[in-house]
Amino acid sequence: MSIEIQDVHKAFGSLEVVKGVTMTVEKGEVVSIIGGSGSGKSTLLMCINGLEPINSGRILVDGTDVHGRGTDLNKLRRKIGIVFQQWNAFPHLTVLENVMLAPRKVLGKSKAEAEAIAVEKLARVGLSEKIKVYPSKLSGGQQQRMAIARALAMSPDYMLFDEVTSALDPQLVGEVLDTMRLLSSEGMTMIVVTHEIAFAREVSNRVAFFHKGRIHEIGPPAQVIGNPREPETIDFLKSVL
Amino acid sequence: MFSSLFETSFSANDLMFMLKGAGVTLMLTFWAVLGGTLLGVVFGVIRAISPWWVNAPLGAVLDVFRSIPLLIQLVVANSFKTIVGIHWSPFTVGCVVLALYMSAYCTEIVRSGFLAVPTTTRRAARSLGLSWRQDLTEIVFPIALRVALPSWIGLTLGVMKDTAMVWWIGVVELLRSSQVIVTRIQEPLFVLSIAGLIYFLMSFPIARLGARLEKRWREND
Repeated sequence: MSIEIQDVHKAFGSLEVVKGVTMTVEKGEVVSIIGGSGSGKSTLLMCINGLEPINSGRILVDGTDVHGRGTDLNKLRRKIGIVFQQWNAFPHLTVLENVMLAPRKVLGKSKAEAEAIAVEKLARVGLSEKIKVYPSKLSGGQQQRMAIARALAMSPDYMLFDEVTSALDPQLVGEVLDTMRLLSSEGMTMIVVTHEIAFAREVSNRVAFFHKGRIHEIGPPAQVIGNPREPETIDFLKSVL
Repeated sequence: MFSSLFETSFSANDLMFMLKGAGVTLMLTFWAVLGGTLLGVVFGVIRAISPWWVNAPLGAVLDVFRSIPLLIQLVVANSFKTIVGIHWSPFTVGCVVLALYMSAYCTEIVRSGFLAVPTTTRRAARSLGLSWRQDLTEIVFPIALRVALPSWIGLTLGVMKDTAMVWWIGVVELLRSSQVIVTRIQEPLFVLSIAGLIYFLMSFPIARLGARLEKRWREND
């Protein structure tokens, strides 16, 4: 049970943003990806659940080739939750309905089952009070927690986080990070693209530093963040800390 | 002389005649809006998702319907029908032309509503495992509907008034029936005021319905 990324290349037109990335994330592991803007880290996440096609290489999720012919992506995505920088609430649905939608439509759960799941997940992210309101009435931090609950409602085996706190006001970052801490403490397998270096250091088993589309340095946080070897990593950490 | 202001030759039969015309106007509107909306949704979605070599020709054809005055379209269609020997009543011709005319405008409304749904929102839906079709039915259409509704209401009211032009191909609808009465009793101001009132009473519920839906949706935004 793992996500295996094997020499993945990804270009947008003539611009290659991911230039040969290889790494494996084992079940139960939390891996943080840090690096400057445009280093290809968010793009890599989109490739992992097939939202973006890749140009070469392979990504295996539990042995299934994500970009292989005949792979049922809709089915594969059930076990990979993703939360985006922009929380992307469905504005026409209440908070509860946002979370119920995928269990009902994708997993075919009954309304009562889906509602039970949604209520439970929303309680876990601390939004029990807000289930009846529309997303527009929520703060950014609350919308982001709703997006986490929405992904969790599919009972995914893996969770991908794409700079989930970057668009939030500073005082709202904490509540979202707390929710992610809770998940990691429960043993959720997570790949976290983040600029929150302290958070990455705290929750990660490993940290990968991305630079110009490649993994420049990867290892335990004490090594990559605490005692980086590469000059680019040192420069980057200086610039964000 | 003063009393003549309040005297009128307008009879209950005349009113019935006008109401019958109003019924024809409503039927024309119904079929035009139904056909125009269905076609508009299909064309609008095609325009929103298809490559340029489908999009450009379709857009060009629809531009023809938007650029030529409705009156000319009605008369040309009516003559064309006779030339090629289709046996349609003027009412049917009116419905078809109005529906095509409406579809051309409706296409652009649907297309812009569709494109107003952020790609990031659709991406989030797909990331949850929703299929392309579920993304359309559960996410894109409901959001696009809220964006498009005010324009669609405006278009529908416009088409209701445009139905008056089918008089030119021989359909007796509300305006034509009023005209018949005006010719006979020579009281244009009074008769046309009644006609205007009837148009208003037919439009008002649609406008109200639109305003109510808009208000309800805005409260959630």
